[in-house]
Amino acid sequence: MINLVWFLLLAVGIIVGAVTGNIDAVTDAAINNARTAVDISLGLIGVMALWLGIMKIAEDSGLIKFIARALRFIMIPLFPDVPADHPAMGAMIMNMAANVLGLGNAATPLGLKAMQELQDLNPHKDTASNAMVTFLAINTSSVTLIPASVIAIRVAAGSANPTEIIGPTIVATIASTIAAIIAVKLLQKLPVFQIKPEKVEEIVNE
Amino acid sequence: MFDTFIDFMTGVSKYAIPFILLSIPLFGVIKKVKVYESFTDGAKEGFQTAIRIIPFLVAMLVAIGVFRASGAMDYLVDLASPITRLIGMPGEVLPMAIMRPLSGGGANGVMTEIINTHGADSLYGRMVSIMQGSTETTFYVLAVYFGSVAIKKTRHALPVGLIADAVGLVTAVLVARLMFG
Repeated sequence: MINLVWFLLLAVGIIVGAVTGNIDAVTDAAINNARTAVDISLGLIGVMALWLGIMKIAEDSGLIKFIARALRFIMIPLFPDVPADHPAMGAMIMNMAANVLGLGNAATPLGLKAMQELQDLNPHKDTASNAMVTFLAINTSSVTLIPASVIAIRVAAGSANPTEIIGPTIVATIASTIAAIIAVKLLQKLPVFQIKPEKVEEIVNE
Repeated sequence: MFDTFIDFMTGVSKYAIPFILLSIPLFGVIKKVKVYESFTDGAKEGFQTAIRIIPFLVAMLVAIGVFRASGAMDYLVDLASPITRLIGMPGEVLPMAIMRPLSGGGANGVMTEIINTHGADSLYGRMVSIMQGSTETTFYVLAVYFGSVAIKKTRHALPVGLIADAVGLVTAVLVARLMFG
């Protein structure tokens, strides 16, 4: 599906751009966004290093296992394929906690750490595991309690009550997170989304 | 009560990072971990991880950038608005709903524009504020997270992300209508 969506974004963009005379803007966007992508990635190096370093201390001291064990009643039903005291559980908990608190700078590095741990458990290295997709579903549905940047824009626009949207935002974010979890558990059973083993012996093993 | 909650959460957000930066190494020292060595050992992965994301993020941001710059968004809004109006989503906020999963910066721009046009305390202004806060930039998250471990076959991740976005966005519209309509 991602292949089709990616192609359609590109193809529709270029065709519409050519028809409407926006083709120069399309060219600029392609070149500039390629550069932006590299800037964003390189900009991550520092915070990535910081949080991966802190996470390594947390791991070596046994803190990650402790957190994972404390919250296993939530984590095991969500991620049945991940062992209860695996470091992946701890990293995912840390990522979700950072998201809830609105610590975007910490959330991404912690999330990527969790992905690495999940990748260690993943038998098909180029294919997403059920645990990975579940983790991403929770992440993309957003679980932030206080949308700080939205409030800042509302203040700047002269809102009489810039924080009134917090309650409704929490309702909407809970709805989307529940939908994400239900969708992930239903869709992972569909034949289209089954992992396709590339070698015959893998089928025998399964 | 509500203000106390906000003050409390703002305080938590402000002190959370210093607190973590102190408490985890402190716990390590208590557990006799060589904290400096552990830290640098973990931190050296930072560079590799960031570099691995580049091809995935280039692919995603270029496709989304081309789509946005072409003006295709306007046609998509015209095409989809009769359908979305049925579920109570006004045409004015539809660009926000389409932009939200594609581009965080783009959605921020659309939100600011709608707030400036209709006012922060208008129904549309409140709707887009709730939309922006309650969902994430699905395409970006998928590219970065899967990119960091070089996963190419994403299976059901994109449909699930988009279903969650759709539910979040529609709930935002409904809650806004219920509370402020």
